[in-house]
Amino acid sequence: MTTTITITPVRRPASRSRPGQAVLRSTRAEVMRLRKWPALWVTVAAELALNLLFLYVFSYVSYRSGDGAEGGGIVEGVSKDSLLADMLPDAIPRVATQGMPMFAGALVLIVGALAAGSGYGWGTVKTVALQGPGRLASLAGTFAALTVVLVLLVASLFAVDVAVSLLVATTESQPVVWPSPTELAQAFGGGVLVMLMWTYAGVLVGTLARGPALAVGLGLVWVLAVENLLRGVGALWSPIERVTDLLPGTAAGSLAGALGATPVSEPGGTPGVLTTLGGGQATALLAAWAAVFVVGTGWLVRRRDIT
Amino acid sequence: MDVVTMQHLSKTYGERTAVDDVSLTVRAGEVYGFLGPNGAGKTTTLRMLLGLVRPTDGSATVLGHRPGDPAVTSRIGALIEGPGFYPYLSGRDNLRVLARYRGLADTAVDEALGRVDLTDRGEDAFKVYSLGMKQRLGVAAALLGRPAVLLLDEPTNGLDPAGRGDMRRLVGQLAEEGHTILFSSHALDEVQELCDRVAVLSRGHLLAESTVAALRGASTLFVRAEPADVALAVAMRIAGDDKVAVQGEGVQLDVTADRAPELARALVAAGADVRELAPRERSLEEVFLDLTDDHQTGTISTEEAVR
Repeated sequence: MTTTITITPVRRPASRSRPGQAVLRSTRAEVMRLRKWPALWVTVAAELALNLLFLYVFSYVSYRSGDGAEGGGIVEGVSKDSLLADMLPDAIPRVATQGMPMFAGALVLIVGALAAGSGYGWGTVKTVALQGPGRLASLAGTFAALTVVLVLLVASLFAVDVAVSLLVATTESQPVVWPSPTELAQAFGGGVLVMLMWTYAGVLVGTLARGPALAVGLGLVWVLAVENLLRGVGALWSPIERVTDLLPGTAAGSLAGALGATPVSEPGGTPGVLTTLGGGQATALLAAWAAVFVVGTGWLVRRRDIT
Repeated sequence: MDVVTMQHLSKTYGERTAVDDVSLTVRAGEVYGFLGPNGAGKTTTLRMLLGLVRPTDGSATVLGHRPGDPAVTSRIGALIEGPGFYPYLSGRDNLRVLARYRGLADTAVDEALGRVDLTDRGEDAFKVYSLGMKQRLGVAAALLGRPAVLLLDEPTNGLDPAGRGDMRRLVGQLAEEGHTILFSSHALDEVQELCDRVAVLSRGHLLAESTVAALRGASTLFVRAEPADVALAVAMRIAGDDKVAVQGEGVQLDVTADRAPELARALVAAGADVRELAPRERSLEEVFLDLTDDHQTGTISTEEAVR
């Protein structure tokens, strides 16, 4: 530390920067650090790989290896024609979101929990607070940056679906029929909403737990087990069913179901996809849950000491 | 101008009182030391000044604003209880992220890295930094944006002797450049070397607040001469009966050092052989140990100590 650069302290007048400016700065900072975060890229890669495997690779192997009758492939009870139809471009709106209510949702919940929880372990929550953006502005920056990441992720999933479905159609000499822009936009919007809701849930749990490990554990148990168990109980006892109809997973699964994904109750259906609520109700409930998670996190961040 | 003010500041965690009714001021341009053993309440007090922790009682201002106000936090540079950074980012990228939160250009990052002599290691990942380098990066983060006030919580913690010397020089330079610096430490030598004024805390109580010189008290004279009874008689004649005390083989005179020549002449005139004549000052360490020991054994009240 022998370098001698003279820095003259600047006596600036105390000026109150606009909250919007602080949120913008925080968003830029968060995007920068998320962009270089290996854990995020691993999750994105896992998401894309699982999407490719479950939507196309396994289905295509089943389609090619089946005997043509129902149940002939590795997907029990699904015909070859149906398998092929789900791999063609016009099926994108109904299949693209089918994994999001549960498996992809669990992965992005991990992203949210890690993004919020890790900062407590690393001490960066404190370091960021010392830069002066304000607690809520820096939190808004985190949510905004994660929203950008999630929109890009869903766009990437759709891009993979478009590319692979086109490849399947060409390979299998099928006519290329594109879905209408409206259907595509609805599916994209629905996918973004489902993924954002689970990511925001992860941020809330990460903030609540003030660490990543417990948050990830609790989040995964909730998404993959607790909601399904409650639905099982709800089927036996109606008061519980009224509660399960309002759960975040129910809203996410119902939106996927409304977009045309095969519900878990049907042959070849995807776990997590439901038909409990209509599309409009599911969308409203998802938005409400996303808002609850954002407001809840803001309340926690605002009132708690940073130790 | 008072840069930092605290009035009856207190913080309790459940039954435990971390900071109890602390009132003090830090003036513009001064280096103010927070001295106290571990658990004295130094870090909690600094956290309250930065808005990380809300006081249970009392109030504080920094640069005329309430702690945590974004308008003023951006004018403070702080290192609190060790540096917290993203482990996967390089030192430079960590500072770039923080610079974005502050709305600063990357030139501020280069300047801060140069200031702590980390320019050459700026591209290395934070996780491979040594403890000393991490601490220096923490100081670099505190220097981002040329803050008017620096709050440094034990900045030499974990540094080797050379690193501690470098850090002291840096703090000294920053003080010369006009920064107001409030720093906590339990290294008494650095507080004695760097600070204009000192607050001594123990168990959350402010035991004393004064300049280092006033805390150490006026210097005294120690003389050892033979025959001892002659030396004692001369000392009593020069200083007065009530300001002389026998200490081992010598005599302690409660007079200022500028009376040493007068004493020497009188001893020689009385036929004594002067073996030793030296001014004696209490070290800050002695003062500190007296204050904290007395407080911990309950022999003085806080009010008495401060008085």
